[in-house]
Amino acid sequence: MSTSDAFGSSDELAKQVTNPDLERTSLAPQASSSPSKSPLRRAVRDFAHNRMGMTGLSIIIFMLLFSYVGPAIYRTNQITTNIFKITLPPSAHYPLGTDAVGYNVLGRLMVAGQSSLEVGFAAAAIAAIFGTLWGATAGYLGGRVDSAMMRVVDSFLAIPSLLLVLLLTSFVTPSVATMILILGSISWLATARLVRGEVLVLRTLEYIQAAEGLGQRAWQVVTRHLVRNVVGTVAVQATFEVANAILLLAALSFLGLGPAPPAANWGGMLTDGLNYLFDGYWWLIYPAGICIVLTVVAFNLVGDAVRDAMELRLQR
Amino acid sequence: MKRFVFWRSAQALVVLIIVSIIVFSILHFLPGSPARAYLGVKATPGAIRQFNIENGYNRSLPVQYWLYVDHLLHGNLGFSYHFDQSVSSLLKMDLPKSALLVGLSYVLALVIAIPVGIVQALRRGTLLDHSLTTVSFVGYSMPTFWLGMLLIVLFSVQLHVLPSEGPQGAGVGAVLQDPRGLVLPVLTLTIVTVAQFSRFVRSSAIDTLLEDFVRTAVAKGVSKRGLVMRHLLRNSLLPVVTLIGLSLPNVLSGAIIVEALFNYPGMGWLFWTAATARDYATLMGFTIVVGAATVIGNLIADVVYAAMDPRIRYQSR
Repeated sequence: MSTSDAFGSSDELAKQVTNPDLERTSLAPQASSSPSKSPLRRAVRDFAHNRMGMTGLSIIIFMLLFSYVGPAIYRTNQITTNIFKITLPPSAHYPLGTDAVGYNVLGRLMVAGQSSLEVGFAAAAIAAIFGTLWGATAGYLGGRVDSAMMRVVDSFLAIPSLLLVLLLTSFVTPSVATMILILGSISWLATARLVRGEVLVLRTLEYIQAAEGLGQRAWQVVTRHLVRNVVGTVAVQATFEVANAILLLAALSFLGLGPAPPAANWGGMLTDGLNYLFDGYWWLIYPAGICIVLTVVAFNLVGDAVRDAMELRLQR
Repeated sequence: MKRFVFWRSAQALVVLIIVSIIVFSILHFLPGSPARAYLGVKATPGAIRQFNIENGYNRSLPVQYWLYVDHLLHGNLGFSYHFDQSVSSLLKMDLPKSALLVGLSYVLALVIAIPVGIVQALRRGTLLDHSLTTVSFVGYSMPTFWLGMLLIVLFSVQLHVLPSEGPQGAGVGAVLQDPRGLVLPVLTLTIVTVAQFSRFVRSSAIDTLLEDFVRTAVAKGVSKRGLVMRHLLRNSLLPVVTLIGLSLPNVLSGAIIVEALFNYPGMGWLFWTAATARDYATLMGFTIVVGAATVIGNLIADVVYAAMDPRIRYQSR
């Protein structure tokens, strides 16, 4: 189950964040407006009515189309450089001009978007799956196992992520695949901590005791009951992680340790553009930055909307 | 409570040991050796062997690790070949400058983020909430270096009111003598941090507002002011205590970017320079010090949390 993949469509999204037997329902006052509808439908409806969430979802879908379908329609050369056409201002032929080595900036934004989005999604998926299992196991088993598992998390969390990433990147040739592995391997920590915290509370509730009383094994309790009930937290955290991975990739590029050309990512484009801040070449500075901000904002908006849609206690 | 503090401190010690092992292993298994880094690519095998013997790099791994820990415990963080200085003297010089940058940004961020988050929770779903959410999302979503550059363009290139470079003095005193140079680095780091914190405070406060005790308080006719001050603020800020401890590494990551961008001679800049020069001793020293700061920060946060909220039942062993 990959949480971040779910942001592709609102249907899938709702499947991820609600499940019909969400035990909280029984604790919460029943929704009076539509008692016949399932929690899943209600969540979808709530999400669809959340303008900010829908805006975020639209932006993400637009960015996916822009990055993956765009290059098929708008074909540009993003492999070989052209030193006779460097830093040209926007024109009919080059809608967003050309960069320092003659690449078409609009076409490059599309290709760069692929790397940035892939790194973001994949790192968040790793973080969601691994972090959830780690945190739920630690929280449920408790005692010494919990202590040992959480001390490992604490130790990695104590080292700033950028610092860890900087150390690890000197191991490998930076590419999309290695960036995913490195960013994924440090992104699960926050998820694990959050999930563990929720599970500590959840495991004291009656229905977990009931499940145990019915003779369910530890792994069944973790996967059937605990994981389902922390999916919301994980989904919201995953939106952070997609955003964080895209931002960390940009930061690495700024420090000169991102994937090298002709590979492109939005952060790398931005870093190249920063050399021309004082020359007024705005097309090298703003478009890539706006792409990053729009994408990261979009993930945060969706995360908040998901959170609100599944918070059953909020429903009138 | 004493028992809890004792066990929690023991845990912190374990974490510190794991951190030192992680750092030691990562740096040990990095490609390239300290000998190569110091003597250059043309060094003869003999010279490299000599260097390794002189510096103890020919010993077994556990012995090397133990020697490293022994040095650490005596306050010896190693010697930087790149800067030709002991790491502790480098840190002594640069750490206070980073602490100033990060500390100022932290305090400013909290002072701004807590009221903003609470107001957003109270006015949930209104135009004000949506606007503030959008602003904080945009702040949070900007690459730190891009935000900094945009601030430079606005304040340095266009308005000519602030320098585009951080203070260049050797110590904290010298840095403080150039407060104008400090404005943009602090502002950049503050904006990024406020965006993170206010979002967190908002969701925490929304959770609190749904609690039964809030409904009871409202039913009893508590004034809005009383509700916010006595019930909402106290309960919503509990998770924030943990956030402060947890987010220290993030803010320090931001400090690396900010210091690299504004050429601010603190620990972040030092680390970046050391990373590009493969300066092992400095990288390890920096990581250990930051790790220790974070572990102690988390320890304090947890103890405060337990003291503030008796409902949290920690298992002390």
